[in-house]
Amino acid sequence: MKNITKKMKKARSAIFMISPAVIWLVMFIVIPIGFIFFISFMTKNVYGGYIHKLDLTVYLRFFDNRYLRIFGYSALIALATTIISLLMGYPFAYIISTSSKRTRNLLMMAIMLPFWINSLIRTSGWITILRLEGVANTVLQRLNIIQEPLKMLYTDGAVLFGMVYVLFPFMVLPLYTSLEKLDPALLEASSDLGARPYRTFLRVVFPQTLPGVFAGSIQVFVPSLGYFFIADIMGGGKTILIGNLIKNQFTIGRDWPFGAALSIILVVLTLVLLKLYSKIGSMEDLA
Amino acid sequence: MAKENAIVEQDDDVIVKLVGIDKYYNDNRVVKNLSLDVKTGEFLTLLGPSGCGKTTTLRMIAGFEEVSSGKVFIEGKDSTDVEPYKRNVNTVFQSYALFPHMNVYDNIAFGLVEKKVKKAEIRERVTQMLALVQLSGFEKRMPAQMSGGQKQRVAIARALINNPKVLLLDEPLGALDLKLRKQMQVELKHLQRQLGITFIYVTHDQEEALTMSDRIAIMNEGVLEQIGEPWEVYERPCTKFVANFIGESNIIEASISELDGDKLTVIMEAGSATVHGEGFVYDEMVNISIRPEKVKYSAEPVDGFSLSGVVKEHIYVGSIIKTMVELPNSQIIVISRQPDETPPPVGENIWLYWTKGSAVVMHTKGDPLYNIIEEHSYLSDETM
Repeated sequence: MKNITKKMKKARSAIFMISPAVIWLVMFIVIPIGFIFFISFMTKNVYGGYIHKLDLTVYLRFFDNRYLRIFGYSALIALATTIISLLMGYPFAYIISTSSKRTRNLLMMAIMLPFWINSLIRTSGWITILRLEGVANTVLQRLNIIQEPLKMLYTDGAVLFGMVYVLFPFMVLPLYTSLEKLDPALLEASSDLGARPYRTFLRVVFPQTLPGVFAGSIQVFVPSLGYFFIADIMGGGKTILIGNLIKNQFTIGRDWPFGAALSIILVVLTLVLLKLYSKIGSMEDLA
Repeated sequence: MAKENAIVEQDDDVIVKLVGIDKYYNDNRVVKNLSLDVKTGEFLTLLGPSGCGKTTTLRMIAGFEEVSSGKVFIEGKDSTDVEPYKRNVNTVFQSYALFPHMNVYDNIAFGLVEKKVKKAEIRERVTQMLALVQLSGFEKRMPAQMSGGQKQRVAIARALINNPKVLLLDEPLGALDLKLRKQMQVELKHLQRQLGITFIYVTHDQEEALTMSDRIAIMNEGVLEQIGEPWEVYERPCTKFVANFIGESNIIEASISELDGDKLTVIMEAGSATVHGEGFVYDEMVNISIRPEKVKYSAEPVDGFSLSGVVKEHIYVGSIIKTMVELPNSQIIVISRQPDETPPPVGENIWLYWTKGSAVVMHTKGDPLYNIIEEHSYLSDETM
């Protein structure tokens, strides 16, 4: 009997302890997403907002070639962003993890510093560099490398560049963490057993940093699916990604239910990806 | 000095030869002018306290550390600048360094895969190795699922499967508990005899070194103090440090007052004694080292000795009893006795002596080893 009350007391204090987190989650995630979910089944109001009238056809409209193409293209951009970030981020993280403490701090600072400035502003900064009369074109022309200014801004390439630019740290940090955890004795052991440096990388270093590779990839891929401001700024509104499509439904499109439905589809897609990731992650633990 | 180092005679009996090795970490000289010959098939132990440069020396043989100056010869070839993956030596690491993402089979097969050995042969050799280290049936286990002793065996198998000419072992038993340690000491020694591979073994445990080694190289502060067979370093220490580090020793400072062949009369602060040794000169300052079990005592002065002290206390340490005797200059001399002997009563004055060959006389000046130590303003009084 005494035991049971003790257990209940323990449970009660546990509930008390986690309650701030639960309240936070409910207030800022469950309620808003629930609300969006609710709107996605309503009828659109011509002047924006929605009418309390059930409309089950909203989701069906998604299966239109135009929208599917935008989703496909967004996924492609996100994938390209992830791959480029990984290819650039891995060597970078490797250099950080192997450098002296001083250099390491300096490089980490270089990665973290941009976080202190809003990414919207930072991205806007690239306009002055990349536009036709911008710094990049002026310098290249002065150096006689090009005769006519290059069109760099407002292209798909610029959007991709902006994505990589903003999301790069999210790839580097988990990679760095997993590389830093690597026991230097393992590299020595590999070399001792006759493996050349690139063989050591393939057989010892890379397999052990896979959790970091997965974590970094997911941290880059998921946000790059949803970011709309980069496509707006760097693509000049010409490149439409999922994020832009959703934003447009709530603003110029005045179709809140469809925007809500697209949001829910994006959330579900993301959850599926995360689930997939955690499965691969747990497989890694077993291996 | 460097020119001398370049000339090295070929010696089939020597498998690893270190010539005038220096190692600096920034300004810190951790290995000092070390020269060492490792004989083919021997079990050589590098022994010394932590920070003495023994592990660094091993790592320079493996190729993980570059030498600052000097040469490393392996099988007669200058291997000073050879990459670790091209050296025909393998290492057993203190932390085992098993690849955590690979099972036991893949760990052991690692080196053979790098050598592109055929799969069927790898399978056969891994199976043999597992049998050798008594881990048959553990192929699919992951390192995380194994005990320290088992991991140790895998680490040994992973190194031995490559048929190295020399096996380097860096405190391989350091993480094991005492009982397992003793067992593995015997197993490792048997393994070494059975395979006939040269072992270079690093430890700070003098008992381990005495038990396993064919020869022991004692290092201190980056200097090779003495190299010799276990009985040699125990019975005939060359330096004060060796006398103190290997077992327990009473060290008494003295000067030589009379020479008669190898029979020397020495004067100490607390009295005089007779010792034996060659190569000493009149009035030379020496250290006398005498093991506690070699010190004898009597109620009356013994011919040739004039050294007396007061019995301070008896300490029971299981197999023996240690008796502390205080000399007039308040130096404590330790005598160990069998428990069944009746000890002299505390407070009584006794006369100490020893028989011929019991005490070791060590130079304090003129000994090249000593001079290197002095040059670096080092003199150890620590007792292990």
